[in-house]
Formats: sequence, structure tokens, C-alpha cells
Amino acid sequence: MAGRCLFPKTLSTHDMEGKVVIIGGGAAGMEAAGQLARAGCNVTLLEKQSLTGGHVRNWYHLFPDKRDSMEVIEYLEKHIAHKNISVLTGTSVEDIRRKHGSIVVKASDGREFDADAVVLSTGFDLFKSERKEEYGYGIYDNVITSADLELMFRKGEIKRHDGAVPQKIGIVHCVGSRDEKAGNLYCSKLCCVAAVKQAMEIKGYIESARVFCFYMDMRMGGAHYEELYRESQEKFGINYIRGKVSEVSENINSKLVVKVEDTLAGRPLKMELDMLVLMAGMEMSEGGRIIAENADLKTGENRFFAPADHHFGSNKGNMKGVFYAGTCTAPMNITETISHARAAVADVIYYLKEGKS
Amino acid sequence: MQFDPFIIPFEIGLYSIVIYAVVRSVMWFRDLSKQDKLRLQRGFFGRSFGRSIREIFMESLIHRKILKANPRLGYMHMSLAFGWFLLILFGTLEADIFGSSHLNPPYKAIFFKFFNPDHGRTGFEAVWSFIMDFLLAFILSGLILAIIKRVSSRVVGMRKTTKLKPLDKVALISLWTIFPSRLLAESFTSGAYGTGSFLTGSLGSWLASFLPANEMAYPFWWLYSLSLGTFFVLLPLTRYMHIPTELFLIFARNSGITTGDKAGAFTEMQIYSCSSCGICIDACQLNFSTGITNIQSAYLLKGIRNGDNINDISFNCLMCGRCDQKCPVGIELTPIRMIRRRAGETHPVEKKLLERYFPDKPAVQLPKANGKPSYNFLPAIEPGQADVVYFAGCMTHLTPSIRNAMISILDASGVKYKFIDENGGVCCGRPLMLAGQDKEARELINFNSQLILRSGASTLVTSCPICYKVFRESYYLNVEVLHHSQFIRNLIDDGSLKLNFLRKKVAYHTPCDLGRGSGVYDEPKDVLRYVSRLQATDADDENSLCCGGSLGNMKISYHQKHKIATDAAAILTKDNPDILATACPLCKKTFASATKTKVADIAEIVAEAIVQPNPVRNVADTQSTPLHSQMPLSTV
Repeated sequence: MAGRCLFPKTLSTHDMEGKVVIIGGGAAGMEAAGQLARAGCNVTLLEKQSLTGGHVRNWYHLFPDKRDSMEVIEYLEKHIAHKNISVLTGTSVEDIRRKHGSIVVKASDGREFDADAVVLSTGFDLFKSERKEEYGYGIYDNVITSADLELMFRKGEIKRHDGAVPQKIGIVHCVGSRDEKAGNLYCSKLCCVAAVKQAMEIKGYIESARVFCFYMDMRMGGAHYEELYRESQEKFGINYIRGKVSEVSENINSKLVVKVEDTLAGRPLKMELDMLVLMAGMEMSEGGRIIAENADLKTGENRFFAPADHHFGSNKGNMKGVFYAGTCTAPMNITETISHARAAVADVIYYLKEGKS
Repeated sequence: MQFDPFIIPFEIGLYSIVIYAVVRSVMWFRDLSKQDKLRLQRGFFGRSFGRSIREIFMESLIHRKILKANPRLGYMHMSLAFGWFLLILFGTLEADIFGSSHLNPPYKAIFFKFFNPDHGRTGFEAVWSFIMDFLLAFILSGLILAIIKRVSSRVVGMRKTTKLKPLDKVALISLWTIFPSRLLAESFTSGAYGTGSFLTGSLGSWLASFLPANEMAYPFWWLYSLSLGTFFVLLPLTRYMHIPTELFLIFARNSGITTGDKAGAFTEMQIYSCSSCGICIDACQLNFSTGITNIQSAYLLKGIRNGDNINDISFNCLMCGRCDQKCPVGIELTPIRMIRRRAGETHPVEKKLLERYFPDKPAVQLPKANGKPSYNFLPAIEPGQADVVYFAGCMTHLTPSIRNAMISILDASGVKYKFIDENGGVCCGRPLMLAGQDKEARELINFNSQLILRSGASTLVTSCPICYKVFRESYYLNVEVLHHSQFIRNLIDDGSLKLNFLRKKVAYHTPCDLGRGSGVYDEPKDVLRYVSRLQATDADDENSLCCGGSLGNMKISYHQKHKIATDAAAILTKDNPDILATACPLCKKTFASATKTKVADIAEIVAEAIVQPNPVRNVADTQSTPLHSQMPLSTV
């Protein structure tokens, strides 16, 4: 049956060709692959890394319910273990071209894949925190990123570079997000809640630790986020200071000295910390950027793929037969990414059935 | 007495412009400060007089600088200016030699052919006629270029040319009419009398072959006189005012008068000396990186002259000074823009025609701090006593790798120093000055001055060219101010800093405030040559580019700044250096996100090269340490 979409008779009255190439094997790509395969399409899933799973593999517990991220990975892996799906890891894509009604996907090793439709799920890259040199990432040993902290959680120990257990920890929000100077005007949306989750989790490891979050706004827009924020203050005693960190230095005791303006108290603040965590924002992935540039796919001011329509076409772009899924269009959490991937699948199926000609 | 009514427009024009020039010059002289008046007097009767005459010849007539920058554009300017000058000179001599009397009124020279139509038949006269025709042809060739430039500026090698206002257009058309009408008038007259040389003679005899030359000549003599008269009368209202003003400016400048931060007669002279040649537009990175072509200095000066709304123009500038360096008239464009910024938001004034001949002075006052200490809320800083104090500055605190590098260099050199803003300080004041907030800047300057005075230092080292410039120019301190590149060079020179040679290719970006702004070009390159392989780039020294991160521009977006940065970085990294070196924390930060090449401050590179006290040596180390790097720089 491979090569044909078997869709419920109520939706489909005639057969159709269905060869779909999915670029990017993270949460969005895997979810879309699974759904399309179950609809009868022949799916090729291309992933540049040696493993599928994308960024989710690097996280430890997920907000808001502290689910182990490995459960999500297991679900997704099961999802793509399907006879209609061939997974090609270690394959990065350079260009896509329309050719006689079908689409050619060009890999950087020279291989070409023909497809009736393409799903781009190239995801995001974490903002490179070195670019905010004033925060001292890569200069001071005890300045780490949120991703580094997740690895520490996974390892089961939070330690300073000298091996000591940190007692006073700062978390800087909006690193590379809502920052005109970093070139990113947009909000990465989930760092706030991730910071809340991480702050609480730190307290789980080091009960005596004092955690300070330096924020501009607390954007707690998702389901259960506000509750989590409240819990972090009531049960865990996390301190929230509204103000942007201006600079970080290290003193002779190798403590980090953070300068920040407490905008609620209206005064400058200087604080000594044992460790500083930078909540790195999300940026358009480098892989996605290369494809967008070579294939003339429209990108927005935020450099992510620009959807054809914000309300009705968030999975479509400016090339016929090419669909977007997940964080390659904007920052999203895992729930939203999976929903967005499913919506892309609906668009692909409709396109293969009706819209191709 | 030879006379004809057609000369009246020319006479009116000529005498009004002469009277105007005298009145305006007296007004300017009166407005100069006492010291500047003395300077000008001394200059006028002193040695600089010769220099001024030479410069007037080379720049106002020959246009040497424009010729160098752009030969075709230079030829255009030269043929019009020098050609016209020679035409008047030879015309006057012609009238003097061949005319009915000596010491003629000017119109005799200008309209010589009309009054002496028979002239030019024999020997010497014919030679003279040839010279006059040749000069006219020279001017006309420039005029053709000028007309083409209006239509397509690329033909004369310019990317952009300036846009005109209506009165400029009338003046321009009258200027353009002058020489063709002279050509036709002389040709018809020559045709009628069978005189004239290769140009007017041949054209005249050809025209006379099918036209009544004698009758045709008279209207063209009228046209010639009218276009001259119109041009002279309108001249003070148009950009052509630059022709007489530049002469005055050259005398003033050679007498040692500078803009500084004063608004006044000298500033005004400079504003009126701009010919709107458009060279500043070509030099501007906002033009070639972001396509902004309406804010460059030529437009700023034009806006000031016309009393237009130029609030956006004056704050939309990187203040990099590239145009200052390229300006063929030598106008101090960036200081003038700074003065204009200090005036804040101004409103355009609609002026009556007569008022425009004698515009109001731009009254921009020099600010004074109110003397009240505004920074009392800051924790008291005790600088301690030291000969050398290091002031990192805000931007260096935001680039901790530079600060750390400087500390290790200072420690390794054994210099006794105090890091006066280690635990925080206040801004040097220049960002506020760039925003026109000089008064507020003065308070910062007072605060920092007291701090430096209390330290008893004799040397102030700073890592930031922005601070460096303001410390040197706007602080009244009795200390030697050094940028860290100069300081490091001194340390290498006196042997207190031992450095290895790094086997790395380095391209150096000259920061605007260090290079153009303060004249420090060589020291950073000396240091880099000492520790690495310094590459030449297309943007060395006076060709250096702005990194795009300029604090001076309040109008463009970060997106546009980023575009400027990526363009500049691409030029600098053309030969694939291992490191793009800068000597400014702001340039470093700006370039860091604009190129894939590693960007580092000169201090970081030097810190990496420091010879450790007890080096563990292996074969590779000795290889990478040529002998010369152990010797003082002056012996290399």
C-alpha cells in the first residue's frame, strides 16, 4: 500500500499519490511523520543529527507537570516506527526546488529526494549566549545556560566549576529575546515558565539554595503556568526581581557580581552570586535559514519562516507543496509543536488529495 | 565711450554681488570672536597669506582634491572654475591690450567681441582669439559633463548627486545658459564680420551661411548679459554662494581658526562654502550599506542654509567622520553636526526673500554645567593614589574579556596602577554629547574629573576610544590620556611587557573615534605587528569604516546597523584572517554578531601572547617565539 494515502472513505473517495519528505526529526517532524504514515503516505524523515528527537533530548523534566522528557521521546520514537517511514539520520538539507509538479529536496551530500509534498520542521537553535558578552558566558566558569542546567539535572548534581555546591543562584530571563541589540525583538515565550520550573527544580537538589530570577515581565500565558509561578513563590520561596541584568563580573573570591536595576524598588542593585543561569531564547535554526535562503522561502522580521496567513495558513508558506510544522515558524512549547505538526498533516493530506493540480 | 543697453543686466548683477560680498564679509569678520579676529588679521598679513593664495589656486580653481578623488568630477569643477577664471583674466588683458583704452570697466572685457567685432584678423590678435576660443571650449566641455551629471550622476563617477531646490534650479539654468549664449553671440558676431578663431569663427561662418548673423547676434548678447546678471543676483540665495565664500574660508582656516564646539561666523562660512558636490554622499556608509541618501552632510548644510526642518537629518548620522576626511573643501562636517545637535529640535522658519540674503545666525550656546552634583546617590568611590589609573568605561565593562585582558596585561607589566571604575563608575559623557546633551554631559565630566584628580594620577589609560576622545578633548585634566593600544605599545617599547609571537593572521579595524576622531592609527598596528601577522585591508587608516554600532545615530534601526556591520566586516575579513582585531569594545560587540570570524580586542590578543613567568617550553613554543618578539619594539 505504500505510496498511497489510505484515508477514511468519508474524506477520500479516490486514491492519490503521497510521497512526503519531512526535513527535521525533532518533535514536530516525528509527529508529522507518524500521522502521515498512518494516513497511508510514504514518508522520508531527514534528520541532520545522528539521533531523532531534537532539542527534547536535551531537557530533563518538562513544564508544567514535570514529566520526564524521555517519555515524550519514547512516544515519538514509537510513533515513527512505521513501515511507511524511512528515517535518514545524518542528512542535512540544502535546498528544495519545484520541478514538474513535484518537489526535489537536495541534501548537502548531493543526494536528491523527490516528493509530492515537503514538510519543513527544521525547528530552532538556542540563542548563543556568548553574544551577550556582558553576561560573561564563556568568560566566567560559573555562568551557564538553561540548557547546561538541564544537563546538570540529568546528571543529578548541580555544582560550581570548583566543585562546590552553589548557594546563591541567579537566573537571567530574556537572554537574546525581546532584545533589539541582539537583533531579536520577539519573545521566546517559554523561557519564563522554564525558568520557574528550573528554579523550583534547583531547590529540589539544594534545599538551602536561594534563587533569584531577574525578569522584564513574567509571561505566564500557558495552561498551568500561572499556578506554577505562584507555587514557586509560596512553596519554594523563589525571589523575582524585575530588572534587566546590565553586567556581570567576577570578584577575587570567584563569586559573580551582578549589576541589575530593581525597577520596582527603583534603585540599582549589586549582588554576589555563586552561579548564574542564562535563559537562552530561541532563534531560527541555521539549517532552516540555509534552506530559506536557497529556496527563496519567505521569512519574517524574526527570521523564522513566514506563514502564508496567521489565522488560516500557519502551516503554509510561499512555495506550493511546502508546509511548516513546529518551531521553524515561531517559538512554541512541546504541546503547541505537536498540535502544529498535526495541523500541517491535515494541510498536506488536503493538498495531496485536492490542491496539487 | 562704447555703450549698449544690453549690458545693464550684467552691470546690475556684478555690482550687487560685489557690494553683497563686501557687506557679508564685514558681517562675518565682525561676528568672529576677538581671538579669531586677531588670528585672521595676523594670517592676512602674515606667512599664511601665501599658503591661502596657493590653496585658493589649487582648490578653488584647479580643484586638486576632487580631481584626486574623482578625475571626471574634478575635471568638471576645474573646467568651470579655472576655465572661467582664465576667460575673465585673458578677457581683461584682451580688452586692455586691444581695446580702445586701458583700464576698462569690466563689461568691456566680458562683451569685448560685441564692441570690437573686427578684432582677431591678424597675427597676434588671431593667436589671442584662439586662446579665448580654447578657453570657451574648455568651459563648455565641463558644462556638458555637468549637464550629463544632472541626468545621470554615474557618468562622472558618482553614485549619487545632490537634489536641488527651485531657486538653485533657476540659478543653475542661468549658469548653464551663460556659456552657450556667449558662444552663440560671439559666433554670430564673428560670422557677420568674418572673424573668430577655430570655435566661434567656424561656427559663426557656418551659421552665417544660412542665417542673418548680424541680426541674430544681438538677442544672444542680451541673453548672455541676462544670464550673467541673473546668476549674480541669485548667487547669495543658492549653493553657488560657495564660490565667493570658499575664498574667505580658506583665509580664515589658514589663519588657524577652527570650528571647535562654537557656533559662529566660522561655522557659517563653512556652511556656505559647501558646493554640494556630493562626495560626502559617496563616502557615507549609510548610503552604500542601507541606501539612505538624504541625510549626508551636503543635505545637512543645505538644510541649515535654507532654515529647513533638519531634526531628522542631524541625528541620523554615525558621526564616523568619513565625510570630513573626504570633503574637498575641508569643511569640519562632524563638529558642525554636533553643534546643530546641541540646538535640539528646531522648527523651520519661513523666510522672506530679502531676509534670506542676510540670514540670522544659528545661536547655539556653549553649555555650562549647573554645578550641582547630580550623582550624590552613587556610592562614594575612593580611587586610591597611583601614577597610572585605568578607566575601563561602560562598554569595556560590558565586554568582560577585554577588561580581564587589560588586568592581566597591567599585572604582567608590573606597572603600579589603580583601576578606578572597577566597582562601577559613571559614563565618560560622550554618548550624551553625541545626543546634543552637552549640559548633562558636563555633569558627568565634572564627576569623573574629581575622581581622577583625587587619584593624583599622571597617566590615564582607557580601553574605549569613545572615552579616550572625550577625556582628551573635553576634560580639563593635567594628565596624559592614553588609549590602551598606546599604553601597550609603550610597555613593549620600554621592555616591561614580554610577549610571544602568535602565529595568527590578524586584520585590524580602526575605530572611528580612535583613528579619524583622535588621530591614533599607528600604535594599534605596531602592537599587532609585534604579536601577529597583520594583514592589510581595503579599509586601513583614513579609509577605515564605521562598525555600525555607533552611539551617534539616533535614527536608524538595529537592523540597519547590523547591515552596516556585516558589510564592514565582510570588507575587513576579505583575506580570511584568523582574528578580526579592534581597539574598541563597542566595535568588538558590534562585529561579534556580524561575522563568523573571531573578533577580539587588541588587549585580548596581547594578553594571549604574554610570556608566562616560568614557561614550560617545548619545541613548538620555541618555534612560535621568534627572537625579535623578545626585544623592545623600537629595535625591530
